[in-house]
Amino acid sequence: MVEKYDFLIIGAGVVGSAIARELSKYEAKVLVLEKECDVCFGTSGRNSGVSHAGFYMPPGSLKAKLNVLGNKLMPGLCKELDVPFKEIGKLVVAKNEDEISYLEKLKSQGEKNGVKGLKLIDSREIKKLEPEVNGVAALYSRHSGILDPFELTIALAENALENGVEIKLKHEVTDIAVRENFFEVKTTKGSFRAEWLINSAGLFADEIAKLVGIHSYRIYPCRGEYHVLDKNHSNLVSMLIYPVPPLESGGLGVHLTPTVHGNLMLGPSAEYISDKEDFSTSRDVMEELIREAKEMVPKIEKASVIRSFAGIRPKLVPKGKAFADFVIKEEEKVEKFINLVGIESPGLTAAPAIAKMVVELIKEKQELKRKKVFKARRKRPRRFYELNDAERKKLVKKDKRYAEIICRCELVTRKEIIDAWKNPLGARSLNSIKLRTRAGMGRCQGSFCLPRILEVLEEEFGFEALNLTLSCDDSRLFSDYSRKSLGKDES
Amino acid sequence: MKVDLAIIGAGPAGLAAAIQANKSGIKAENILLIERNNSLGGILQQCIHDGFGVILFKKALTGPEYAQIFIDELEQRKIRYMLNSTVISVEKVGEGFILKVCSKENGFLEILARAIIFATGCRERTRSQIFTPGSRPAGIYTAGCVQNLMNLKGLLPGRSAVILGSGDVGLIMARRLTLEGIKVKAVVEIMPYCSGLPRNLVQCLQDYGIPLYLRHTVIDIRGKKRVKEVVIAKVDDKFNPVEGSEKIIPCDTLILSVGLIPENEIARNLGVAIDQKTQGPVVDENLQTSIKGVFACGNSLHVHDLVDYVTLEGKKAGKAAAEYLLFDRLGKCNIKIIAGKGIRYVLPHFISGKKDVSLFLRVTKPGRNKRLIARFQNRIIKEELKRKVNPAEMIKFELDKELLHDVREIEISLLD
Repeated sequence: MVEKYDFLIIGAGVVGSAIARELSKYEAKVLVLEKECDVCFGTSGRNSGVSHAGFYMPPGSLKAKLNVLGNKLMPGLCKELDVPFKEIGKLVVAKNEDEISYLEKLKSQGEKNGVKGLKLIDSREIKKLEPEVNGVAALYSRHSGILDPFELTIALAENALENGVEIKLKHEVTDIAVRENFFEVKTTKGSFRAEWLINSAGLFADEIAKLVGIHSYRIYPCRGEYHVLDKNHSNLVSMLIYPVPPLESGGLGVHLTPTVHGNLMLGPSAEYISDKEDFSTSRDVMEELIREAKEMVPKIEKASVIRSFAGIRPKLVPKGKAFADFVIKEEEKVEKFINLVGIESPGLTAAPAIAKMVVELIKEKQELKRKKVFKARRKRPRRFYELNDAERKKLVKKDKRYAEIICRCELVTRKEIIDAWKNPLGARSLNSIKLRTRAGMGRCQGSFCLPRILEVLEEEFGFEALNLTLSCDDSRLFSDYSRKSLGKDES
Repeated sequence: MKVDLAIIGAGPAGLAAAIQANKSGIKAENILLIERNNSLGGILQQCIHDGFGVILFKKALTGPEYAQIFIDELEQRKIRYMLNSTVISVEKVGEGFILKVCSKENGFLEILARAIIFATGCRERTRSQIFTPGSRPAGIYTAGCVQNLMNLKGLLPGRSAVILGSGDVGLIMARRLTLEGIKVKAVVEIMPYCSGLPRNLVQCLQDYGIPLYLRHTVIDIRGKKRVKEVVIAKVDDKFNPVEGSEKIIPCDTLILSVGLIPENEIARNLGVAIDQKTQGPVVDENLQTSIKGVFACGNSLHVHDLVDYVTLEGKKAGKAAAEYLLFDRLGKCNIKIIAGKGIRYVLPHFISGKKDVSLFLRVTKPGRNKRLIARFQNRIIKEELKRKVNPAEMIKFELDKELLHDVREIEISLLD
């Protein structure tokens, strides 16, 4: 018996999760299928974590509209979902006189888009705001903010789940049959039927579209590499620091992004590649990021890098080609198939607005009835390192498991590891713990806490350490036991 | 809780410091040893190979055996310790310090101490810190992490491995992996010489026929879910890869042994001055840091080659802390010690000139028949011939107080 849903969403990135949550406000049976073993493992978890104000996008475009709206919705959404969000502001810095005209263009473009809080400032004012930043002039944007994209996606998905949405991880869509009144979606783990199909498959949205017979889209993967700096070296700037975007690069230029957790990130580069899953970093780019960041903030040091990673933008146009807008529409050719293609930057910012737009598209065709009870608020597990000492003392008094530090670099406690492993989505990998707690994200990069995390999983859940994976199925961390009795028998 | 002396870290340095402080007159109940792990002994507990104690005990003990000697003495002296307890910050208040501690058994504690010894050990440099490009799949570990997983948890990291870096932990793990049936395909070292101790090179690589690639590095890691292969290449004098010298090595594990960094985050936040070279505190001949009443020893001060030297340094810190607490008679240290030509670093940073001192130093590169020279301005204070020097080996250089009259500054250098 194949289960039937009203709405089936393909892809549990930030957009898919936001749509799922938005739909969970209505009387409907909603299913999300995700090929990875956790949400947020694709583009959504590999970006700058910025809520853009909305001055980069050409007026009148969907990108501009959804960006500005998403930016307005973001603080409230983050508050509802208990996701840290900080409106720290941003400087787009001109390195020389020639670039100033571009700042003016950005400002007027932003104002046309309805962005508030934009101001051109001179080098003196730059120094006042950001003493370490070099530049002749800058565009200051008050409403640019930062958030943790992992936490936002997890929160959206968890809240959707709590409101009745089903989320199936490790279900990769392999085929879709368009029937008279429904879609039949085949996955690696069984088939599902749905009346509406929503394609938010990110980098793979073109391939999903092909499965329903739409061949007009092609995603061009454009990789961006980043460095994460040690917290000790992260107080160089307090705002987002961006350059004037290099022409035709495919990105916004290498920028400095403070994170809500107190690190500084550098990046991203922009490089068109052929493999949608090649998240490798490369030697030349790694060096280049440092060089470019140093142009704006000379005090940046290579030695302060604790992690390098890469994300991939799902672009709708190849290198050097003009701007391409988001595609968000019900396809004429296939009724009740909503396509979301080319959702790159500012996709994270726009996600809440995209979700609302998708629901509006559905409402044009079909009446949606609000649920009587929708639980809008979600409480995230406590984070020890975010608390002050008085709060810590109180928390530890209530539950001693908060007094045992497992990850020394990021001050993650036993209780937090337990909470992460028990996550409602059922994601069970080392990276799933990492994204939810920050264990392993510090300067030792998990060398010290990996054995400790194993101990917690063994002691608390009877989990067999040998079976732990880094991320999904084929990423087992260990090959075997050396001595069967070792590590099992403590006596 | 109030104590005279809080010692952070119960590895060899902390254990020796605690015992010596007690021997030097601090009552056992006024000492508190704080350890974040669930046992005393620190990293020694995962070092199941032998070779520890050749200087102090004239024996080649295993790590746990070595640690047990000190643990037994600590217990016998009834010195207090706290396990599963992490110091998260230290602040100065009046003449003393407040330590905030998260303790599994005791909850969130504030401990008042009149003096502190940092014996917090070191951490391993990671792949990102040396800018190794490539993918980030399962199967990339630091050597110490693998040592813990294999020796304490009985978990094997993979079936075939490449080790990047020829530090001692990496060499020891090459042998350990081989003994467990894991094929170690190569040890890759960017420098023109092995960075571990000569005895480890012989006993861990050469005895097992494991190839060591000098002047090579890993330039790519491949594999999406699990490591599939690594690419190594020769490097030129500026450490840039030489085109055309690439070699692909299929393996499922990459282990890094690319250096150790003293752990001093808490000391740094307290305001202790840190030497950029050693990444450890700036200390005087009493191992007192830039803050009065705060001492440092062991691998958190500088990375040692032999545990016996860690123990001796711990003892010295324990004795100095006791003298500080009991008599407040640690003399002024105004003579600056400077690392000159051929010297990577030298400790301590300041001496009094009123005591005989042992300087500990490391050279920048291997050499033969060198002259180790201590000089004040144009005057050579002391000169020693060194038949063989190696950055992997710490050199002890003793200066008698008689040599130090009217000396205001000493430069140590290594000349031909």
